[in-house]
Amino acid sequence: MLINSNPATIMTDPETAQRTYVEPITAEAVAKVIERERPDALLPALGGQTALNVAVQVAESGVLERYGVEMIGAQVDVIKKAEDREQFRDAMTRIGLRVPRSGIVRTLPEAERVGQEIGFPVIVRPSFTLGGTGSGVAYNREELMELAHLGLDASPIHAVMLEESVLGWKEFELEVMRDRMDNVVIICSIENLDPMGVHTGDSITVAPAQTLTDAEYQKMRDAAIAILREIGVETGGSNVQFAVHPGTGEMVVIEMNPRVSRSSALASKATGFPIAKIAAKLAVGFTLDEIANDITRETRASFEPTIDYVVVKAPRFTFEKFPRTEDLLTTSMKSVGETMAIGRTFKEALMKAVRSLEIGCYGFTDPPPDAGADTLDQLRRELRRPNSKRLFQIAQAFQLGLSVAEVNRLTWIDPWFLRHIEELVELEQAIRAPGFLDDPEQLRFAKAWGFSDIRLAELSGSDEETIRRRRAKHGIRPVFKLVDTCAAEFEAYTPYYYSTYETEDESRPNDRRTVAILGGGPNRIGQGIEFDYCCVHASFALRELGIESVMINSNPETVSTDYDTSDKLFFEPLTREDVLHILETERPEGLIVQFGGQTPLNLAVPLERAGARILGTTPDAIDLAEDRKRFQVLLKDLDLKQPANDIAFTVEEAVAAAVKIGYPVVVRPSYVLGGRAMEIVYDEAMLREFMATAVHVSPGHPILIDRFLENAIELDVDAISDGRLTVIGGIMQHIEAAGIHSGDSACVLPPISVAPAIQDEVKRQTRLLARALNVVGLMNIQFALQGSTIYLLEVNPRASRTIPFVSKAIGVPLAKLATRVMLGQSLEELGFVEEVHPRHVSVKEAVFPFSRFPGVDLLLGPEMKSTGEVMGIGANFGIAYAKAQAAAGYDLPRQGTVFISVHDQDKAAAVAVARQFQQLGFNLVATRGTRDHLEAQGIPARLVLKVSEGRPHVVDLIKNKDIQLVINTSMGKKTSSDSYSIRRTTLLYNIPYATTLAGALAMAEAVAELQRGDWDVRTLQEYHGLT
Amino acid sequence: MKPAWKRPPALLVLEDGTVFRGFTFAGQGRTLGEVVFNTSMTGYQEVLTDPSYKGQIVTMTYPLTGTYGVNDQDMESGAIQVEGFVVKEYQSVASNWRSTRGLAAFLEEHQKIGLEGIDTRALTRHIRTAGAMRGVIATDTDEVAELLEQVAAFPGLNNVDMVRHVTCARPYLWRSGPSAAGTWDPEHRGYRVAAVDFGIKYNILRNLERVGCQTLVYPAATPAEEILAGDPDGIFLSNGPGDPAAVGYGIETVRRLLGRKPLFGICLGHQLLGLALGGRTFKLKFGHRGANQPVKDLRTGKVEVTSQNHGYCVDLESMREVPVRLTHINLNDNTLEGMEHLEIPAFSVQYHPEAAPGPHDATYLFDRFIDLMAAHR
Repeated sequence: MLINSNPATIMTDPETAQRTYVEPITAEAVAKVIERERPDALLPALGGQTALNVAVQVAESGVLERYGVEMIGAQVDVIKKAEDREQFRDAMTRIGLRVPRSGIVRTLPEAERVGQEIGFPVIVRPSFTLGGTGSGVAYNREELMELAHLGLDASPIHAVMLEESVLGWKEFELEVMRDRMDNVVIICSIENLDPMGVHTGDSITVAPAQTLTDAEYQKMRDAAIAILREIGVETGGSNVQFAVHPGTGEMVVIEMNPRVSRSSALASKATGFPIAKIAAKLAVGFTLDEIANDITRETRASFEPTIDYVVVKAPRFTFEKFPRTEDLLTTSMKSVGETMAIGRTFKEALMKAVRSLEIGCYGFTDPPPDAGADTLDQLRRELRRPNSKRLFQIAQAFQLGLSVAEVNRLTWIDPWFLRHIEELVELEQAIRAPGFLDDPEQLRFAKAWGFSDIRLAELSGSDEETIRRRRAKHGIRPVFKLVDTCAAEFEAYTPYYYSTYETEDESRPNDRRTVAILGGGPNRIGQGIEFDYCCVHASFALRELGIESVMINSNPETVSTDYDTSDKLFFEPLTREDVLHILETERPEGLIVQFGGQTPLNLAVPLERAGARILGTTPDAIDLAEDRKRFQVLLKDLDLKQPANDIAFTVEEAVAAAVKIGYPVVVRPSYVLGGRAMEIVYDEAMLREFMATAVHVSPGHPILIDRFLENAIELDVDAISDGRLTVIGGIMQHIEAAGIHSGDSACVLPPISVAPAIQDEVKRQTRLLARALNVVGLMNIQFALQGSTIYLLEVNPRASRTIPFVSKAIGVPLAKLATRVMLGQSLEELGFVEEVHPRHVSVKEAVFPFSRFPGVDLLLGPEMKSTGEVMGIGANFGIAYAKAQAAAGYDLPRQGTVFISVHDQDKAAAVAVARQFQQLGFNLVATRGTRDHLEAQGIPARLVLKVSEGRPHVVDLIKNKDIQLVINTSMGKKTSSDSYSIRRTTLLYNIPYATTLAGALAMAEAVAELQRGDWDVRTLQEYHGLT
Repeated sequence: MKPAWKRPPALLVLEDGTVFRGFTFAGQGRTLGEVVFNTSMTGYQEVLTDPSYKGQIVTMTYPLTGTYGVNDQDMESGAIQVEGFVVKEYQSVASNWRSTRGLAAFLEEHQKIGLEGIDTRALTRHIRTAGAMRGVIATDTDEVAELLEQVAAFPGLNNVDMVRHVTCARPYLWRSGPSAAGTWDPEHRGYRVAAVDFGIKYNILRNLERVGCQTLVYPAATPAEEILAGDPDGIFLSNGPGDPAAVGYGIETVRRLLGRKPLFGICLGHQLLGLALGGRTFKLKFGHRGANQPVKDLRTGKVEVTSQNHGYCVDLESMREVPVRLTHINLNDNTLEGMEHLEIPAFSVQYHPEAAPGPHDATYLFDRFIDLMAAHR
């Protein structure tokens, strides 16, 4: 029985568990489920920190005791011992290990005393600030006093932690498993390229550990095992982090997590040992020697995987989405995804990881051609401050002649890693010499070091195809080797492959019908696990059809890269070159590209040109939908309406176009996903500013300009078509008005305020477009509804982000059906000929990473910022929305005070919102303009000062916990610093907030439902009549 | 220094005619040996200096070797014992605070050849399917036929006494290292252990020292009477290279020592004990060499992850008639990993509780030896 509110996961498919609760992971909801189901045990150690925290709350509330539920995997006292700093330090001392010295201080004199005890340099960390705001390193007493002063002020609990600095120490992690017989094994060791000071999630990491001798590694292994025993983790997986002084070898324990973690997932993919799966079996009482190793079949799980390749994990960043946040890596995680690459050498794996990141780099990048002393100075400064471009900066530093020793001084990165990067740069320099790659042996050598054809072409002044042909002529192509947990000591049965330039090929192409699926690559904003969900369903569908499935992906955080999801897994970068090698080996009859998001779509045309057969909707139809000109012609033919729009290649063209269309307009560069660099502009000045930055973002591409439909309702439609019949999966009505990116907007299925006739018209247009684009598979359309006028915003003839949500809302596995359709089955054959009209209401809410990014604003806009989503299901909209809010981490108040401050254009509409909350028994406080407007309408509201108007002001009220809900709207980028500071404080104190009036109205409905009380929980199986 | 893509070629030729072409990163000339693989991801220095590898060319399955250089502490004997070393990629930059020199320099110091740049996974798979076999590394010729002839003339390890190449020349007392003393230290209060050196690893001696013993190391051919004349509290039978059945004098010595003093054997020492008790040994197809072999202690039911290095094994069946109890079993292939005699104080394990390289899960065996000596003092 599973509880999870995330619709985008495979685990919340009704087939995965017997009973699936898509309910918020909160103590309240979990208690309701326990009360209803009376389970024997609660297993929290697989659901990350959220699950552990909630499990502790549930346990402490007495619910487990009341219903006789046993907590397995990790007990409450174990969790506390691992997480409470004092308890953890005491535990470590008992077993003779050391943690960095630290202390919590609440006053300046205390800070001075504790600082002296710890010794300089000392790290100052304010407690509970967001994204590490206010942290710093003090090298002397004066700096300490200054940082402590600022830190105490910034901390909502007025506490600062002082900690011994281990910045620059080598950082290691061990993944450990223990069973109830006290058998302990280490699954994987990981060494971070970025030393201490950068969050592990933001570090490039390498498995196995590289720079430890066996004696040192075994000492760490002994320590990890001792820690597991001392903390008392009885069964399951844990992760232990260590720091090692590079000059003396002194080892300190940084932390241990008594649960599976992001690193466990990485370790599982890196070794082929499925940690979470085994942890679950251990939790219910199996021992390691009772569990078979799936990969070798003849051996047991009670061993330590040994690998004969190198794994590199690289984080994917999205700083460009948060312009107020400095591109600086600290102990608070900023990356939004990661990629993993496997090679026979570190160099090969590193180069594969770089191109797997899909950031437009197929290798290192060159410094500007006119680089001089200034460039070097700037590089030196950048190297001192860890940032998302660090690897590229290091390579450039070597190109410009810096030594390993100097780069080591600036970055503290181990010379072993640096020397490898330097050697790669040396080879790059050699390749630049004319004729170098004409020598087949030298070309082979460069390929073995991981160079892509594109980078070789860049370096040798050639093009990708020429390099590719030259390789073909000399028979230079990679082979595929197996990930087998045992370095070939035993025969492996699980077909988990990576490519490498070696001599022996272990791939096993066969005569079965085979279809390859291209995955989504690293998670990023706009392309997350929703697409992986679809890819996994494609694989399941192929298996059901008896067709061999070949999965190609580079994202270790996915189900698609589990070795048992597909018949064959290729853990490879998603580039044309790497994919073609797989296709040449496996010779699939077709390729599925419409499920993995933008990544495979970008490859569709090049792969088709190279001879691959794309299944389902043609790449040409996909292009037709994305090409503005072609699409406009199509819409005209179909007599469908689009907001007025134009294309501009220069600033003046854009200004002219905007005048013709009429402000406000939405502007964006062409061909982007996730609304990157998209903005609503209200006047010419804003437009000119945007053009100055956006043209820079993607040179050579035109700017698209659309009429912005104010106060329009946005609708998202997911549909499936077999080329003849088109069936609507669902119509989702966005809560937030048009103008907020669809990925960031909450939405509800079925629509709550759209007339049936309009819905019918939307469906008609959907069918029309499916026919016109000859869609075979999935399709997503976004409409805007202004009054009763329907505008078509966007058509995507492929899987959308909302497919898993819709599938769970209607109880139909759309991606699976789409796969069957692509392979020639009709919807009629599949028995899906009619739209499903669920009786329950489903709400999707976006989850944002704001708290990790210092300085970022919470305002939503056309540029997508969310990194995930949750789902709430209920009998009516209010409760479904309330559940979605709770799942997203917002505890909506049942009573108290609501703060309202809206910009002038929203003042009229704010009245309805205020009245609602008034009727629900809330007190209202408002800033002067909003207050005056409300009072004029007969709604009493207390006046509160803006920050700039004196004290006590609204931020004081929030800090004093006098406000339980914040409604604050703002227009475009014209955000006053006043409302910005309100929103930051709201975030800091974790108060529910709405930045749109539509969102605020939805909250009022949700609060009304919560006030009524007695909301219930129900399984997906019950909702869909599957039990 | 030459760029990495311009390296001197070298090749490895196996007795079945399989050829692997790569490059040398240390040494030159030719070297013959039985080709085996080790799956440990760390500990190449310990592997290189482990006397049990005498007569063997070792390939590491982990592709990067040399990463942390070589230091003065992690020696398992006074010299490099392997005949040749084969890796996927040699690491020219050693990075570790204890490192005193690079791996290539270390190999050259001991006139050993290091071969890199071959598909070591293919080599490993070949050995796994075809079995361990003889081979030659050559840097001075590309004539495969000639090299094959040379391999054919190499006797290999079966029925060959390799111990005589690695045992010490005269008795020595271990004092944090081999000392000049050849007799017990009368001042030492701990147990006296007489270790018969069939190719003993230093870490066994370090472990005996750690648990409070003083250890006098005897050459392998020392007669049992001479060892017993020293009146030790216990006798240790060490690990060592090659075919146990070829070490007749060792088997004879063990036979004479049985029942006289508490006895503990590791690896070759365990095999010699098995043979002395009347059992048989056989050659494994490709042996156990690595640091992740799961062994179950049948007494406690617990699994220990062990370090192993052996090509021969005591036949479980052959011990049916002997009064011994099976104490440890390998969970991968169910081979015999440990036994104890039911009537006399003697026990042994096939694997390496002293690790180096490998996990420390089985160091309790040294304490068990202490207990045994205590019971019979």
